[in-house]
Amino acid sequence: MATLDPEIARIQEERKKMEQQLASLNSVTYDTDLYGGTDRDAYVSSIPVNEEEDNLEGMDSEVARKLASYTAPKSLLKEMPRGSGEEDDAGMAGFKKPQRIIDREDDYRKRRLNRVISPDRHDAFAAGDKTPDVSVRTYADVMREEALKREREETLRLISKKKKEEEEAAKAGGAKETEVAPAQKRRNRWDQAQDEAGAAKKAKAGSDWDLPDSTPGIGRWDATPTPGRVGDATPSVGRRNRWDETPTPGRLADSDATPGAVTPGATPAGMTWDATPKLAGMATPTPKRQRSRWDETPATMGSATPMAGATPAAAFTPGVTPVGGVDLATPTPGQINLRGPITPEQYNLMRWEKDIEERNRPLTDEELDAMFPQEGYKILDPPASYVPIRTPARKLLATPTPLGTPLYQIPEENRGQQFDVPKEAPGGLPFMKPEDYQHFGALLNEENEEELSPEEQKERKILKLLLKVKNGTPPQRKTALRQLTDKAREFGAGPLFNRILPLLMQATLEDQERHLLVKVIDRVLYKLDELVRPYVHKILVVIEPLLIDEDYYARVEGREIISNLSKAAGLATMIAAMRPDIDNIDEYVRNTTARAFSVVASALGIPALLPFLKAVCQSKKSWQARHTGIKIVQQIAILIGCAVLPHLKSLVEIIEHGLNDENQKVRTITALSLAALAEAAAPYGIESFDSVLKPLWKGIRSHRGKVLAAFLKAIGFIIPLMDALYASYYTKEVMVILIREFQSPDEEMKKIVLKVVKQCVSTEGVEAEYIRTDILPEFFRNFWVRRMALDRRNYKQLVETTVEIANKVGVADIVGRIVEDLKDESEPYRRMVMETIEKVVANLGASDIDSRLEELLIDGILYAFQEQTSDDANVMLNGFGAVVNALGQRVKPYLPQICGTIKWRLNNKSAKVRQQAADLISRIAVVMKQCQEEQLMGHLGVVLYEYLGEEYPEVLGSILGALKAIVNVIGMTKMTPPIKDLLPRLTPILKNRHEKVQENCIDLVGRIADRGAEFVPAREWMRICFELLDMLKAHKKGIRRATVNTFGYIAKAIGPQDVLATLLNNLKVQERQNRVCTTVAIAIVAETCSPFTVLPALMNEYRVPELNVQNGVLKSLSFLFEYIGEMGKDYIYAVTPLLEDALMDRDLVHRQTAASAVKHMALGVAGLGCEDALVHLLNYVWPNIFETSPHVINAVMEAIEGMRVALGAAVVLNYCLQGLFHPARKVREVYWKIYNSLYIGSQDALVAAYPVLDDEQSNIYSRPELTMFI
Amino acid sequence: MQASDRFNINSQLEHLQAKYVGTGHADLNRFEWAVNIQRDSFASYIGHYPILAYFAIAENESIGRERYNFMQKMLLPCGLPPEREDD
Repeated sequence: MATLDPEIARIQEERKKMEQQLASLNSVTYDTDLYGGTDRDAYVSSIPVNEEEDNLEGMDSEVARKLASYTAPKSLLKEMPRGSGEEDDAGMAGFKKPQRIIDREDDYRKRRLNRVISPDRHDAFAAGDKTPDVSVRTYADVMREEALKREREETLRLISKKKKEEEEAAKAGGAKETEVAPAQKRRNRWDQAQDEAGAAKKAKAGSDWDLPDSTPGIGRWDATPTPGRVGDATPSVGRRNRWDETPTPGRLADSDATPGAVTPGATPAGMTWDATPKLAGMATPTPKRQRSRWDETPATMGSATPMAGATPAAAFTPGVTPVGGVDLATPTPGQINLRGPITPEQYNLMRWEKDIEERNRPLTDEELDAMFPQEGYKILDPPASYVPIRTPARKLLATPTPLGTPLYQIPEENRGQQFDVPKEAPGGLPFMKPEDYQHFGALLNEENEEELSPEEQKERKILKLLLKVKNGTPPQRKTALRQLTDKAREFGAGPLFNRILPLLMQATLEDQERHLLVKVIDRVLYKLDELVRPYVHKILVVIEPLLIDEDYYARVEGREIISNLSKAAGLATMIAAMRPDIDNIDEYVRNTTARAFSVVASALGIPALLPFLKAVCQSKKSWQARHTGIKIVQQIAILIGCAVLPHLKSLVEIIEHGLNDENQKVRTITALSLAALAEAAAPYGIESFDSVLKPLWKGIRSHRGKVLAAFLKAIGFIIPLMDALYASYYTKEVMVILIREFQSPDEEMKKIVLKVVKQCVSTEGVEAEYIRTDILPEFFRNFWVRRMALDRRNYKQLVETTVEIANKVGVADIVGRIVEDLKDESEPYRRMVMETIEKVVANLGASDIDSRLEELLIDGILYAFQEQTSDDANVMLNGFGAVVNALGQRVKPYLPQICGTIKWRLNNKSAKVRQQAADLISRIAVVMKQCQEEQLMGHLGVVLYEYLGEEYPEVLGSILGALKAIVNVIGMTKMTPPIKDLLPRLTPILKNRHEKVQENCIDLVGRIADRGAEFVPAREWMRICFELLDMLKAHKKGIRRATVNTFGYIAKAIGPQDVLATLLNNLKVQERQNRVCTTVAIAIVAETCSPFTVLPALMNEYRVPELNVQNGVLKSLSFLFEYIGEMGKDYIYAVTPLLEDALMDRDLVHRQTAASAVKHMALGVAGLGCEDALVHLLNYVWPNIFETSPHVINAVMEAIEGMRVALGAAVVLNYCLQGLFHPARKVREVYWKIYNSLYIGSQDALVAAYPVLDDEQSNIYSRPELTMFI
Repeated sequence: MQASDRFNINSQLEHLQAKYVGTGHADLNRFEWAVNIQRDSFASYIGHYPILAYFAIAENESIGRERYNFMQKMLLPCGLPPEREDD
């Protein structure tokens, strides 16, 4: 037995182990097979509290590290928007569906919602010399708050650090103390709270939340008038941390537990809440922090004793939604931990707690009187320095309706309430979306407007107008916007912004809505001007996120607003408003602030901002300030581009010390800013960078990683500015490092290195030999690997850099190195090689390529071309085309092989392959001709001809294009198949409705009609004419133009009569576009076959009593005279009677078209002696000057302009004089309009023609000089 | 201007015209127009050298003097504006 027992025990042990290892189904275990052998201790058991976020690039923060797929990296997708090169956006923007902004925002951008619309600030300008009222927030207050926030952040970081250390120490000691579950703790605390009759609780609730001035957190909670948002309760990091952190002993030291404080309930267990001395503090003494504030700054001091109502946050819920209200209720730790909807138990907990607080609220005088004996007590006066709480945050609290006590109350029944159906908005207001209720809900209360106070009425009016702007129809919106603008000063800045800005923070906002609201702000800004000063920060909070929006127009809008804002508020106010944000603890805030500052700089001028920037960049207080200051410089450079040049020196001086900063992030951003400055200044301004060259070049030797990348980037941008000599020297210096970094596995580093190499290589002073020997071997070894082809950004960058190197070292070197890779097994890699070869060869030609390389190249290209499988075929096609064209006659030996490939591929099953083969023919046709391979081309022609039955339109289009290319190079006579066979085959294809087919077909037919019309019988051409009429309907302009031209060629070939008859008949069709094209075709026929062949028939056609036909004729005449120009002088008398008639017609369009015909005629025959006819026509045109239809009046005015040119200004002035001082204003207006265009057109010529005016009493109107003669 | 005019090309035309000094409008009075005419005339005289030379011979003055005179006259070519009768 004794021997058996250990045996059994061992087996049992083993089995247990096995069981543990297997993933069990009924209990959660850690499956080591799946997840690898790491144990759970290695995992981070909690989310790090105070991890410093990585803010190297702003947008890049969450990127790069998690690159796991072949798609474009996130950093690219979300690439930081820059000011320029946004055409892509521009094209798409018009067609975007309305979408919620929040849906397309990433987490970083969503952080805008964490920001708080801060309370109004003190306007030092308006106040003059007066001391600011204690109730307003001054710059000092804000700065103090920020400092506090920072301090807290710092402390919390230390705490967490310490905690971690402690934990580690504990772990090391082997003690398992980590079991302290927060829940347990909380229960613990609750129990105690009960024991202590809730007094402690009271004090706690009062502690932080009652002191708005000291805790920005309060500001955060209360200042947000958007309850919906608060309902989500995502307090910013700092805040959350604080609460999460609570049960640590460290906190005690942090805030409340002063050594001197007598804490009756002081528990050593780290129960902060309970430990607060405010238990006693209810009566008098307050903990140290508050006491000190009391002593120091009475203005901002909050009473340590919680006031009645106890929980202001609860009492003053601004919201409508009950959840929001409850959520806000009290800052109990439990609640703060809430991130989502509240659970019932939490709700109960809170209600219960509130209940307790209510019962423990401070006693009133009456209650005290009732409690205490009458004698023996004395009522003391409050200290002289005591001032009741009137801090702004608190003041803000006071506005919204109080929720009242949390005790149960019988809710007032609202009989007007309708449940499911959204209530009809009264008074013709637009529809309200559910999320609008919280803002516009007040409009639904059908109160009597007269009963409201003027303030409320104003408020209501603003709301109405805003709702109309936001949701209304365009006309509603327009009038509302106008009213808001006009009455802006009347409404006042405060009420307006207090309504508009929360709307902009709405989570469900759509692009369009935001655009409209931003527009409102913009308009209102203009009107309010200096009145906006107290609201600058509020506005910035809302507008700054626009600066990093992915939508280009949003960014532009944001810039415009901030620029207008800074012009309205002035530099001082702007700085005062934004200074506190510069060293905000939140990176997001600093980032947006930096961008906003750059806009301010561009609006108010860099010089104005320089002193401030200098101070910020040298801030000793925090690295954040320096970082932001330097970032501002970077953003300025990006924003205003070459306009930095005048200030380049000072900007560089301001930031240069940052290269040696103690903080790594500051060093990085400094280098990035220098890069931006150099980029903006290129190619000038190297002298400004003199002072940073040394630290930069020294820095690359001492730094690693991100900082090194940034330094290299700066160097890459500075080198191109240098003189050749220096560039060469500095390139050699940096190249050592670059070559070392070639091997870096970091993607970001790779990209930067490639870019810097490109920049260095393209600089003048760097010699080819140096590149060849020092750079190329390493470069190709490290970068020309398959992996680089997988990432699109790397791919592009590598191709660019290689092409740049090739520009220096020549084709042979580069192509020789990569040509073998055309046969690589990885297709993306082959494609990259092909693209590089294409670009290199297209840039530099192929004369460097020797016969051996040529063989390899053709071989490789054929291989790559044949082996391709991916859809993106253009790279291969372009590469093939480029190489063949570059080699020219040297391709001759390979042509049979190439053509064999083409023929084989033309017969391929896949449509793509066939199409590509046909496309390739059109690319190399010219070269084939150069190589005198006409027979081969003829053969290809026949093959293509056979494939004209192709059913895929894309392929058919390409085949037609290939035929066209062959016909173009070998000419009509030598073409096989002969034209007379080819053309009849094309006629039915003209019926094809596919655009590509149409375009290629009509081009080919037009070509044949132009060059080889005689090979085809006239009847065939007529048939084609009929087909062509349909093509006039094509959507694509190119097709219509080709068609119209083809009419001209055909008419030339077979004479105009038949074609003209066809065209004139076509004027009767209904479709306008068709008629227009027909008229153009008629005009072209007339031009190619001389007008006299066409005019008689055309004028005869005018006798057809049909509107469309007559107009068509007139339009043809108009085009005709436009095309024939001065040839028109022979025909003007012939068409004058027709035009007379048209200008007198009742139909407007007649007159309009005739007027434009007159214009072209007049312009054509100016100076050719047709004045008599023109004056005659002018007499018919003139009565039309009172037309109101825009097209007609336009045509008439242009006709008169034409007359001015042809007849001279004097003649037209004489027509004008009769009406310039006509008694009827309507008449005068028209005449002055004509006079003005006359005046602008030929001011000088009028001098001689002005009427003679007689002098009046004291005024000389005569011009005696003109009467002088010798 | 009619409502329809507000958005078409003509409104732009008028805007363009309004940018030029010397263009007129329906409320221009005799004096203002005459001032424009005079200034245009003087500018034209100065701008065409042969005309200036012609005037110089006729008035027996130097060309430079003529030019100077014309330039001076452009200041108040018609004298002071007359008192407005109405408004």
